[in-house]
Amino acid sequence: MAQVPIHPGLFTLPGDPRGPRLLAARCAACAGLHFPAGETCPWCGAEGCAEEAIGAEGTLSLWTTVRNAPPGYRGPIPYGFGVVDLPEGLRVVARLTESRDENLRAGLPLVLEVAPLFVDDAGDEVLGFAYAPRTER
Amino acid sequence: MSTGRPVHVAGIGIHPFGRFPDKDVTRLGQHAVRAALAEAGLGRGGFDAAFCGTVYTGVAAGHKVLSGLGLSGAPIVNVEAGCASGGAALSLGAAAIASGQRERVLVFGMEKMPRGIIRSSFFPPWCEQAGLSPAPAYFALRARRLMIESGVTREHLARVSVKNHANGVHNPFAMFRKPFTLEQVLGSQVVCDPLTLYMLCSPNEGAAAVVLSSSPGPVGPPVRVLASVLRSHTPGSVLGEHTPMSGLPGAEPPTPTETAAREAWERSGVDPRDLDVAEVQDTDSGREILSIEELGLCERGSGGRFIADGVGEMTGRLPVNPSGGLLSKGEPLGASALGQVVELVLQLRGCAERRQVEGAKIAVGHTVGRGANASIVVLAR
Repeated sequence: MAQVPIHPGLFTLPGDPRGPRLLAARCAACAGLHFPAGETCPWCGAEGCAEEAIGAEGTLSLWTTVRNAPPGYRGPIPYGFGVVDLPEGLRVVARLTESRDENLRAGLPLVLEVAPLFVDDAGDEVLGFAYAPRTER
Repeated sequence: MSTGRPVHVAGIGIHPFGRFPDKDVTRLGQHAVRAALAEAGLGRGGFDAAFCGTVYTGVAAGHKVLSGLGLSGAPIVNVEAGCASGGAALSLGAAAIASGQRERVLVFGMEKMPRGIIRSSFFPPWCEQAGLSPAPAYFALRARRLMIESGVTREHLARVSVKNHANGVHNPFAMFRKPFTLEQVLGSQVVCDPLTLYMLCSPNEGAAAVVLSSSPGPVGPPVRVLASVLRSHTPGSVLGEHTPMSGLPGAEPPTPTETAAREAWERSGVDPRDLDVAEVQDTDSGREILSIEELGLCERGSGGRFIADGVGEMTGRLPVNPSGGLLSKGEPLGASALGQVVELVLQLRGCAERRQVEGAKIAVGHTVGRGANASIVVLAR
């Protein structure tokens, strides 16, 4: 069974020496950081942004639990969904591996995981990214 | 507007918000347009331009509505600005009159929404597959932020829903005309914590229309548009209505509603403390509280206090969503902003019957959503 990312260029793949990272981009003109990486800078509009791997760890800022599968979603339910603050100076929305409210709180230390989310129609494992409480490890 | 000629609301029309399997969206629009034109005393060719707000209706949506009512060759512009589409159409129409370009403008909006979570082409497919697109989850994160930063409790969130549903009982244009108790709202199915099912509005169907004119219409007392403003976002907020995947930690940039409010108060010369009645975006209970803060109806961070003190109740200092809001009316995107205008005009005329805010003279309507877009209209008699 092959593994494919849910979308190319979002995160590092298993086996990458950098470990699990989000693939952000930094603008050569204004030094602003953004995720997911795009060719133009959403802060100043300049072209020429360079990939920067970030977000191995983060802390939880806001969270909720999604209990019913939203349209198009193919992973397991329920799942956690939150705002994660990254030490690189970016804040992202992400899926959380933990969905139980009693296990989630502001400031909870998190680590990034790249893991299979669902099996697609071709039989391949589709990789997604999610943050997990650091204590799970 | 303060910088141009007066803009009057010369006629209003509305098709109730709800589910109408036997009517297509064009018929819904025609119902509202026909009523607004009749009230303004206008027939075919009675307006110089038309602006139509809709999101899901497709190509030439407004043209199809007006084709069935006898076209005159006047320009028809279809406007998409998410939840603020009707407000965006209104701002174009009001500007055309204020500037002297037009004398009478027809503004209308309509929608026929699919059931359940609003799905749109806004997100790339991978975002939906990854579970990063559900609107209620974003609403829940904003509600959680209010709980942390604004002293909002689950009970406050429930009180908003109880209030709006109680108001909606008296609105013949609302979809849900049934009151709920605090316990029923808190006890309904949890959709995305802290939001329960009865704290979320339902996408639905409906239409609304207004005729704007440089002179007052035949039905009085005259109501004027003091400001009609549309703003979009700036980058930086991860929970902005433009739903980016990332943003900056720390201080948030002004939201579209905040920048639109600043412009609306400046253009209209109205101080938010002078308002008598408000219709604000309440896609969910938390959104109403956030709207109240962003509009400056209370201080930032005191939304919980505003609810606890009952300021927005029908008996309070500034009734909010006397129509029942989107929570009881449902949300037909293109029609929701103009539905607010219809309600506020009825309030300012003193014709809102059992949901009347006594002596209302100055009113504000507000919508915000995907894009991001925020629209604000300030009305007065």
